[in-house]
Amino acid sequence: MSAVRDSGPAPGRKVLRAGPAAWTFRPRVVAVPLVGAALLVVVAAVNIGKGSSYIEPLDVLRTLLGGGDRRETGIIFDLRLPRTLAGVLVGAAFGLAGAIFQTIARNPLASPDILGITWGAGVGAVGVIVVGGYRGQVSGAAAELGVPLAALVGGLVAGLLLYALSWRRGIDGYRMVLVGIGLSAIGYNIVYWLLTVGDVDDAARATTWIVGNLADVGWEAVGPVALALAVLVPVTLVGAHTLGGLQFGDDTARGLGIRVDAARGGLLLLAAALAAVATAAAGPITFVALATPQIALRLARTAQPPLAGSMVLGALLTVGADLTLRLTAPALPVGVLTAILGAPYLIYLFVRSRREVRA
Amino acid sequence: MEVTVASPAGTARDGIPGRTPRRRRSLTLGALVACLVLAAGLSIAFGARTLPPAAVLDALVSPDGSEADLIVRSLRAPRTLIGILAGLALGAGGALMQGHTRNPIADPGLLGVNQGAAFAIVLAIVVFGVRDLYGFVWFGFAGALLAAVVVFLLGSVGGRGSTPVTLALAGAAISALLYGLISAIVLGNREGMELFRFWHVGSIAGRDFAVAGQIAPFVVLGLVLALVNTPGLNTLSLGEDVATSLGQDLRRTRVLGVLAITLLVGAAVAACGPIAFLGLIVPHIARAVTGPDYRWLVPSAALLGAILLLCADVVGRLVSGDRLEVGIVLAVLGAPVFIHLVRRRGLVRL
Repeated sequence: MSAVRDSGPAPGRKVLRAGPAAWTFRPRVVAVPLVGAALLVVVAAVNIGKGSSYIEPLDVLRTLLGGGDRRETGIIFDLRLPRTLAGVLVGAAFGLAGAIFQTIARNPLASPDILGITWGAGVGAVGVIVVGGYRGQVSGAAAELGVPLAALVGGLVAGLLLYALSWRRGIDGYRMVLVGIGLSAIGYNIVYWLLTVGDVDDAARATTWIVGNLADVGWEAVGPVALALAVLVPVTLVGAHTLGGLQFGDDTARGLGIRVDAARGGLLLLAAALAAVATAAAGPITFVALATPQIALRLARTAQPPLAGSMVLGALLTVGADLTLRLTAPALPVGVLTAILGAPYLIYLFVRSRREVRA
Repeated sequence: MEVTVASPAGTARDGIPGRTPRRRRSLTLGALVACLVLAAGLSIAFGARTLPPAAVLDALVSPDGSEADLIVRSLRAPRTLIGILAGLALGAGGALMQGHTRNPIADPGLLGVNQGAAFAIVLAIVVFGVRDLYGFVWFGFAGALLAAVVVFLLGSVGGRGSTPVTLALAGAAISALLYGLISAIVLGNREGMELFRFWHVGSIAGRDFAVAGQIAPFVVLGLVLALVNTPGLNTLSLGEDVATSLGQDLRRTRVLGVLAITLLVGAAVAACGPIAFLGLIVPHIARAVTGPDYRWLVPSAALLGAILLLCADVVGRLVSGDRLEVGIVLAVLGAPVFIHLVRRRGLVRL
């Protein structure tokens, strides 16, 4: 940041420059993730404190920073933290994936759960669980690594299929969404079939795969997600600089010098990988990826979903929904609430986009 | 697909452009009935347990209480009968939906009607404790009707009428909402979970003759209403304005259609669980076979629905020893057809 000048690509906005790179400074784009993160810390602290023995949120924060007594440290780090941490990571991954999908498809209805990515990941993960449990081959380390890996492969295959099947001299947002609905139907039915075939005595495990559940997530599930996100998020953020051009449509993007198909294909696979890893950990928590990018977009007042804002709000929404359900109906998994809240929002979006098309 | 595609040959033959001779269509329907009989025969003859044809025939003609008799008469025969009823219902229901929405990707599963019926039935079973089919079939009808009306209203929000895209998206949104609600109800208790896990995939196995007898009146009534509705559908396929100017009572046609769809889909879902994509594929095959005249299209779609359902069920039984439910076979077969339709140059209005 060598200079701050009052002229540049967006008149009336400050421009930050560092060597050859320049950014337009938009206060809301910075403020949304910061405020979101602050809220997230509060909600997460309350969520961690909740349980059979209640711990004050301030004590939770103190313990997390290393200042708690032995009992609290044990409870928080061994029992409580995985659930909340998984919520944060999974929500952030869904939020980022949704933002990228919506920008690529240029359609607010595009999200990994509607496009069939999460169901592809579900097929991979449930396949390993069922086949493994059934034949007794996958256990221990193989199950720990095998499930996320299979989910990743399933999600990527679904992403590739989605891209290949909806490509027809370019990508049309609505065609992509409709092809995705078809792919979802296949994945969804295979997951259901696997659940009936398998010896899924453990009903909790089944609910994870039917609606998305954070209650039974332990450290062994958090680890792979954290690792995958540590690799995928920086790559995605670096690769996402073309998104700004892609939002204008194929011809303009080409005119701006973007290799459209390569950029879009690569980003789509990265977003599919993010969604797949998140699904492997907590199941398909629907609508987080659909709703958060649009909320972030409106809060930050940008033309396309802001990536950092979507991630933070995704985490906030997921942990917040989990906490809300724990306070009101503890027996239900988090995916139920996000589905019931998200569907009316999808309908609203849909009605609104119809009006816009008309105008 | 426009009705008035002039073909010189047709004009020369019987004066009405593009018209297939009545006799050929009658023959086609006859062939479909023969295929249905054949499919029913396959469904009775093949299964997880291999029985010699003689034993199957014996069990049908002169039962003497052997194990083969038990398998054929109490497992395979009711299963086949329910498959025929559900297939007829879903095939005709799909054709009606495509005709009324003039939408080539309309399907009771995609448009949320199945989920509507499923939600109401789950509500009846888990919350109200209704156990017999006569009790919850009414819930199924109410749910199917409500979901159909809501999806159609949503799909035509903005006053320009529905398009294939808007209807499919409205259906996806409503399905997702109902799915969340169903999960919320079912996940509360373990018994509900078990019931839901197996019922929700769509299967015609494990039901007895009583179930077939209970849904039969509704399916028959629905089919009759559907056939009565077909001349109206023909005029409607020219567009609402033309249909009105030709003197058609649009409201009557619509009400009749929605009533028929509700009866057919509600009964099928009550008996088998939500089976998607059958209603999507079948009208397209039927259209290729009989042409766009709904008076022929609807009956042949119904017959094809039953044939396809029975064949998918037999395939499921043979492939994995009766662990592959028919709903899954149909989804895996049907979704590629759906994607193909979506990819086809634009989505033409029917």
